[in-house]
Amino acid sequence: MAKVDGAGALRPGEERPLSTIAERMTAAGTGNAIELRGVSRLFGALSALTDITLNVRPGERRAVLGSNGAGKTTLLNCVTGDFPPTAGTVRFFGEDVTMLPPHERIRRGLRRTYQISLLFQRLTVRENVYLACRGVSRGRFSFIRTRASDAIMQSVADLVSLVHLESVIDRLVGELAHGQQRQLEIALALAGAPRFILFDEPAAGLSPNERGDLVAILTALPPHIGYIIIEHDMDVALRVVESVTMMHNGRIFKEGAPHEIEADPEVQELYLGGVHA
Amino acid sequence: MALAQITDSGPIGAETTQRGGPLSRWASQHAATLILGVLLLLLPTVTGDFILVQVAGWAMILGIIALSLMFLAGYGGMVSLAQMTVAGVSGYMITVLGASSLPTISLFWPWWVAAPLAIVIAVAFGTLTGALSSRTEGIYTIMITLAIAAAFFYLTLQNWPIFNGFAGFTTIPAPVAFGINWKHPLPLYYLILFFAALSYVAVVYVSRAPFGLALQGVRDNPRRMEAIGYNVTAHRVAAYAFAALLAAVGGILMVWLNNQISPGSAGIEATIDLLVIAVVGGLGHPIGAFVGAIIYVILRTFALDALVAVGLDGRRFQTIIGLGFLVIVLFSPDGVIGLWRRWTARARSAQERNGP
Repeated sequence: MAKVDGAGALRPGEERPLSTIAERMTAAGTGNAIELRGVSRLFGALSALTDITLNVRPGERRAVLGSNGAGKTTLLNCVTGDFPPTAGTVRFFGEDVTMLPPHERIRRGLRRTYQISLLFQRLTVRENVYLACRGVSRGRFSFIRTRASDAIMQSVADLVSLVHLESVIDRLVGELAHGQQRQLEIALALAGAPRFILFDEPAAGLSPNERGDLVAILTALPPHIGYIIIEHDMDVALRVVESVTMMHNGRIFKEGAPHEIEADPEVQELYLGGVHA
Repeated sequence: MALAQITDSGPIGAETTQRGGPLSRWASQHAATLILGVLLLLLPTVTGDFILVQVAGWAMILGIIALSLMFLAGYGGMVSLAQMTVAGVSGYMITVLGASSLPTISLFWPWWVAAPLAIVIAVAFGTLTGALSSRTEGIYTIMITLAIAAAFFYLTLQNWPIFNGFAGFTTIPAPVAFGINWKHPLPLYYLILFFAALSYVAVVYVSRAPFGLALQGVRDNPRRMEAIGYNVTAHRVAAYAFAALLAAVGGILMVWLNNQISPGSAGIEATIDLLVIAVVGGLGHPIGAFVGAIIYVILRTFALDALVAVGLDGRRFQTIIGLGFLVIVLFSPDGVIGLWRRWTARARSAQERNGP
């Protein structure tokens, strides 16, 4: 399974031909959740991403692996619009979202977590999760306070208990331990009705126990919710995905099922056997 | 800017677990506010007109305008120096559209046309200021809004057809409405008290409403707010609009109390005074704006006499204000409110140590 189409089998340094009109037309009809076509991102003269083409089906769970500086986080930033790509197109469930600001993509069902927790430090856990739930619903500008009996407060409580933060629900986020902040990071990404989630190193800094919780949360997600996960911890990454994309120097150089990637000699040399063994 | 240290207590949407009916629960939660409110209502029975209008009234007006700055800076992390200018715009507009001693400029429209129109114009001005500055952060927001404040000051100073240059306007009475002459001290005091209380309650309420909470999210982490579905720029501009509404109300009350308006009313010095008021009071809670304002007005009113009494030059009262600002900011970056919170926290922990 999970033999992924497109330009997966590119080797580093190999030039990818421009996508043809026929290819683009097929892509529009394939109903991919995430679809990148020729995406590049320059930071000044530095090319962080070069001509990335990537298709992820709805409900698919994909790991993006690669050494530091391979362009993994930049890839997520291009998908969410934190940094728009300098070339290429990004489609989300068939819709071209390349020019949309991040909040418009989020409202369409895209979610993400950050490698370094980006939370609201001077608000409580409850308020953080509440903001995430409110952000993808109506009434973001409402001047009327939300009542405790409002349905949204139940969603907030559910999300908080999903990530085991009930005991600190009314504590300021700035006072939480690192692991708890990582858990909250995930809760924010699950608010509302996500269709596809991007996890950026969710296990970074978690204890073995917390890693177990994380794997449980990821595997328990409803099957229609797909995700891309960037993770250095192979024990976490390869247990929760069905396909793997390997990146190197801003390019995709291999795609396949977890066991294929693990067995690949080139991958082992470049990545698994290297710094992150 | 990390000026506001503390968010409000009281979890959103959470029921408190105190005993008693909803009314007594509400009363015990807001005991301090209620006591202050009753004292202010009874103030006219113990003081004369001067204290009532020139001290309490003036402090509440400055408090309303400072509250608009507190709302932007404390909840939104946006230090706008154009809030006194917004007050100036509405102050000038109520004069130009309403009554003054200059029939060649003033249109003498009734108050119920002039006042709402002045507020609408000032809010439009404040919103435009927000649209210009909301894509900037920190020091750049301060610079842009300061530039707007300076531009408006020189416009009023040099423009005669509308703003009557450096002379400004005099004889701008509060209107007679509902059978009451609002320019008399007692009605004017209650008018100001009503709007001060309304502004305060509105800001406290909105700070826990979705709009206010989201604004605090924007303050803490604008990038994450985008990534959970908020249009950060639109939220900031809306905050400027709401803050402008407060400042505009303050601006109208300001000319009704002073009975005059001139370029200095919203000049650079007034702008800086307003910043001092907000910071000295503390940006962590809406009451800080009023605390800062009353300290400022008391110093401004009595420091001169106090200095003369001890044989110093009365004109040095600005030095006293400056030194006071320095001392407070040095010892408590979150203003008097921050001092108060630390004192009460210490007292509470001491009480707990001593046992029940």
